[in-house]
Amino acid sequence: MTRRMLGRLANPQLLALVGVLLINWLLFPSFFRVTWQDGRLFGSVIDVLNRGAPVAILSIGMVGVIATKGVDLSVGAVMAVAGAVAASLVVAGYPAPVAVIAALLVGLLCGLWNGFLVAVLDIQPIVATLVLMVAGRGIAQLITQGFIVTFNDPLLIFIGTGSFLGLPMATVIALVLLVLVTLLVRKTAIGLFIEAVGVNRAAASLAGIRSRMLLILVYALSGLCAAIAGIIVAGDIRGADANNAGLWLELDAILAVVIGGTSLLGGRFSVPLAVVGALIIQAMNTGILVSGFPPEFNLIVKAGMIILILLIQSPLATRIAPRRPQRARIGVQRTAK
Amino acid sequence: MSRSLRPLLATAVIFAIAYGLSVMQFPGMFSTRVLGNFLTDNAFLGITAVGMTFVILSGGIDLSVGAVIGFTGVLVAVLISWMGLHPLVAFAIALIVAAVFGGLMGLAIHALEVPSFIVTLAGMFLARGGASVITQDSVPINHPFYDWISDLLIRLPGGGRLSFIGLLMIAVFVVGALVAHRTRFGSYVYALGGNTVSASLMGVPVARTTVAVYMLSSVLAALAGIVFSLYTSAGYPLAAVGVELDAISAVVIGGTLLAGGYGFVLGTFIGVMLLGLVQTYIIFDGTLSSWWTKIVIGVLLFLFIVLQRLIFAASAPGEKVAEKA
Repeated sequence: MTRRMLGRLANPQLLALVGVLLINWLLFPSFFRVTWQDGRLFGSVIDVLNRGAPVAILSIGMVGVIATKGVDLSVGAVMAVAGAVAASLVVAGYPAPVAVIAALLVGLLCGLWNGFLVAVLDIQPIVATLVLMVAGRGIAQLITQGFIVTFNDPLLIFIGTGSFLGLPMATVIALVLLVLVTLLVRKTAIGLFIEAVGVNRAAASLAGIRSRMLLILVYALSGLCAAIAGIIVAGDIRGADANNAGLWLELDAILAVVIGGTSLLGGRFSVPLAVVGALIIQAMNTGILVSGFPPEFNLIVKAGMIILILLIQSPLATRIAPRRPQRARIGVQRTAK
Repeated sequence: MSRSLRPLLATAVIFAIAYGLSVMQFPGMFSTRVLGNFLTDNAFLGITAVGMTFVILSGGIDLSVGAVIGFTGVLVAVLISWMGLHPLVAFAIALIVAAVFGGLMGLAIHALEVPSFIVTLAGMFLARGGASVITQDSVPINHPFYDWISDLLIRLPGGGRLSFIGLLMIAVFVVGALVAHRTRFGSYVYALGGNTVSASLMGVPVARTTVAVYMLSSVLAALAGIVFSLYTSAGYPLAAVGVELDAISAVVIGGTLLAGGYGFVLGTFIGVMLLGLVQTYIIFDGTLSSWWTKIVIGVLLFLFIVLQRLIFAASAPGEKVAEKA
């Protein structure tokens, strides 16, 4: 039993996270110093957990979408919309819980719209979600009338910057979501259904899975997660910035999911490892910042990381150094070449 | 009229109606001056969109074009202003760098058998990061050659100006259309987008075509970057952020199927013009805020995607039977 647990822990993602943290520690010796102040923890590691939370939350939603062979490009724009809704309602005098619930509903609605386009109209996910990616930021600006709407509502600020049991609120929310979604996909058959639809939607439908319903569900979850991340980011800066909230975070979320070993060809996914992927990205960001390198190196390091992952995951590498057999790949392409 | 030309026709009709309505409201929009500026202002987007059309026809997507435009602008500006090279030499270097860059992306997509969007995403980070590492500020370009090119224009009756970069865009579209519809490479691209496996069985050189398509896209994006630097007389690492989305939108609105294998270069031209029309209308109106551009483009995208869906669903009734079960 313990051996199996250890075997599970020794996966490349966790090793990579430990590696990045160790490099950070070498570059910046007080990286692991954590202090207790004003009833909460402070330190670079806590900072990684806090700053990484929005992308981690996005990636929790994105995992399901990518596992069904899709992708959700709209999450950054949905973040901006949700933040704009929450901020505008609070400023207009509505109580904060109402604003939060409204923002979550709007996110859910955006997700349902994406799901409708993908599942009912059969539009490719990358195009279907492109619509909202382009229009969403415009809608967010429409809601805020082009201004950065600032607020002083204690509940929204608490969601963005507060702490619970010493941990940043954003981290706690991400953790709760992680546990809930992992239980949902691993303790029920939903995870299996998602994998089945990702491998072959037609076959899954013939086997009796309601693939249309399932697709709508995963996009709705992605929209909801984006709304949660949007509220956190708005609370963090005490305002809704329709132009910049969540800008390019969809790419970080996709990257986190891919680092987490979820196959872009659908059918194989892991929610916890996607969150580990998000933490790896954030640990690198923080590492580059605290070690004094200009932040521009971030993009280059990210690019290098994608290339590395592609090389490791590619069929080419499998041919050169055979590993355990891959589950979800069908040999049509290879026989043709 | 053949059935396959319907989406192109739909785009053209919608553009004509939209333009007609705009002219009815603002008669000033029907002038050579506005039309000339139409071409000049959208030149870099149009050139990028031609490359994107080829990529999408081949069944892929290129997210790196905006970053390549930014990188080329910075590279050209640095070579001219800091190194003192002649602009033409700088242009040649920039185009070669882009060709190598695009070729490597194509090679990675083919050899690693991975989706194009993740490879070009890495390319986007790399190009944008590279540009920011070279410089973080806007680098101005002051060179007599630049002044000479911006004076190079054809005056039209009615005060309009057909600028060099506007004409260059039209030339790229004409050459692009000829390559797509009249050469062997063009048919290879269509075959690849239709079905990679069948294309390879029919003897299409899949590897070479894939590499060439991404090379073409990056070279055209670099050309767009050069045009952008002529347009702004500067190189800025964060220039043209999000242009990849505009280019993809223009291609889709122009009637090209995002799954690949079907579409027209001419349609992309109308798509670019339609995007330009939306912006010009909003400027003419004056009371509408800039965010309406994004919303209208989003709505247009949606309409055209649904339109394509309907047309192709009508022409291929047996296609989705298995999923209905």
